[in-house]
Amino acid sequence: MPDGSVTGEVPNAGPEAPDDPQTGDPARRILVVGYGNPGRRDDGLGPALVARLAALGLPGVTVESDYQLSIEHAQLAAQHDVVVFADAATDVAGDAPFYLRPVEPAPDASCFSHCVSPPAVLQLAAECFGAHPRGWLLGIRPLDLETFAEGLTPVAERNLGSAVDALREAFGIWRQAR
Amino acid sequence: MTEHPTSLPSTDHAGAGRTRTLTINPVTRIEGHGKVTILLDEHNEVAEARLHIIEFRGFERFILGRPYWELPVIVQRLCGICPVSHHLAAAKAMDRIVGGEQLTPTAEKIRRLMHQGQIFQSHALHFFHLASPDLLFGTDGSATSAFGAPAAQRNVLGVAAKYPELAVQGVMMRKFGQEVIQATAGKKIHGTGAIPGGVNKNLSIAERDALLKDVPQMLAWARTAVKIARDFTMTHLVELLPFGSFDSNHLSLVRPEDGALDLYHGVLRAVDKAGQRLVNDVDYQRYLEVVGEEVRSWSYMKFPFLRPLGPEKGWYRVGPLARLNTCSFIPTPEAEAARREYLALTHGRPNNVTMCYHWARMIELLHAIESIRDLLEDADLQGTDLLVHGPRREEAVGVVEAPRGTLFHHYCVNQHDEVTMCNLIVSTTHNNEPMNRAVTKVARDFLTGKTEISEGLLNHIEVAIRAYDPCLSCATHAMGQMPLHLEVYDHAGRLVSAARRDSP
Repeated sequence: MPDGSVTGEVPNAGPEAPDDPQTGDPARRILVVGYGNPGRRDDGLGPALVARLAALGLPGVTVESDYQLSIEHAQLAAQHDVVVFADAATDVAGDAPFYLRPVEPAPDASCFSHCVSPPAVLQLAAECFGAHPRGWLLGIRPLDLETFAEGLTPVAERNLGSAVDALREAFGIWRQAR
Repeated sequence: MTEHPTSLPSTDHAGAGRTRTLTINPVTRIEGHGKVTILLDEHNEVAEARLHIIEFRGFERFILGRPYWELPVIVQRLCGICPVSHHLAAAKAMDRIVGGEQLTPTAEKIRRLMHQGQIFQSHALHFFHLASPDLLFGTDGSATSAFGAPAAQRNVLGVAAKYPELAVQGVMMRKFGQEVIQATAGKKIHGTGAIPGGVNKNLSIAERDALLKDVPQMLAWARTAVKIARDFTMTHLVELLPFGSFDSNHLSLVRPEDGALDLYHGVLRAVDKAGQRLVNDVDYQRYLEVVGEEVRSWSYMKFPFLRPLGPEKGWYRVGPLARLNTCSFIPTPEAEAARREYLALTHGRPNNVTMCYHWARMIELLHAIESIRDLLEDADLQGTDLLVHGPRREEAVGVVEAPRGTLFHHYCVNQHDEVTMCNLIVSTTHNNEPMNRAVTKVARDFLTGKTEISEGLLNHIEVAIRAYDPCLSCATHAMGQMPLHLEVYDHAGRLVSAARRDSP
């Protein structure tokens, strides 16, 4: 899917995943982790996305919200087949409302940071738990990351709506991918 | 993105009296850079090193006018690293605003459990995610020296590759601490558990039992962590004793009646390098009589000091190293035994070795899980008397010992219940001067006589700063990277060398 596209081909979820041992459901287990600070306006886009998805109650989709990614998200990621990391992103190309990009496991080289990056979460899931979920980064365009205030700007709200629509489309494909 | 021009004034060493202007661009989407400038004198000796940390003070203005009862929740937006510490410090201040500072046993124990969950997860995260690579992979890549493995290896993934069982322990200990927070605060983030005058929920039997079943494993892992930190220190003692070390004062809360380590509540105690009392168990409502804050032109962050000694001599350290120096004992048996062994290193006197922060931190980790066990076994957690109110006040201070050190919240609230004043002093601010001194010490030991920045110097500066576990992310969340920038200026203020360590 090109940056910000809300139509077109949704990427395949990747190699075949095992059935859900709890339910026998052959569909893939999807995790969405939305992160950011809702007290800094559009920095809360990730948690806002999670709130929208939670309200939809989509089957087979687990949602998690946090200020930032940390090492324990690796254990959660290891319990799923597909992991979407959702965040406000200032590098969305052109006027697109969002991008959805694959993420590969990779190490961080942080000196002091207490958080970890999406690639590092996947790498930890592999190193610590032997799990290899397919990773995606959903970056949603913000307008205001500076103001100490709660609630999204109208622009971010629109971009969030586009991202939710596209993600639901992707879920349908990923869940059935065998 | 905001730009804040700041100046790098010439120092006495630099002569000339000219001023160079640096521009630091705090980008709120990232935690900020660990920017270090080293100033050389005319003999290329290190005159001074400065650690530039970006502190966002805007939050104190943001909450003006908000109703006081929102504070314990809204202050958690300050920091993605230690929201529970801000939650509890604000709640303690609001307790006094509503006249409810004498909490019910259930309310106080629920809060203490929440706080120990925060201490446990934070100390585990720092040790296994950030510090353990320094301790596990030798210096300069060799097995005989203390810290110097390649940058790409000095992270939790390096640990995971070589010591997978330790990396898993780190993840699971952090997860357990978060579960304690979730059970007591209602949610893992934006918890609402502590409210003015008490708490809004107790701990159910099911919640208690779910946590209790993991306690034996967490205790075992905490003991192992103490052993790793102790063995590392004792094995590399000759190298560690002088590393970034200096004599200092130390400040923390201690339990009022007996001076025990108390991370949730107490009185202010400060000691000097030899253990002499500088601040003798003062009620923290009077903290302004004890602590002042100095402003320096080159830093966004203030420099706190003990007023009786003034800014030049009154600076101090906070956090695990300081707490083990100020307290009279630790009120849980295994951590107290570990403290006694730790104290033997300095013959019972205060420990001023910067790298001993790690050992002290792991002793506190052990204390935290012992305390969690004891609290979970206390039937008061299932009590139903949750709230106390009394005579209304208009000004109050709340203080806790956050994982990184003493955290002050000071508020005024008017008759319309609106916040009219807020002053926060966070742990990393207390440690501002000590971190600058640690960096200066390391720079003098490893750079003097040279102008080129070596990989070893970058490593050593990183290690010295990391010992303090600075929290650099207040008011925003991080993107996952914390690059280190290092610049060296000659006596005329000319940039002569620079290095930057980014992610691969």
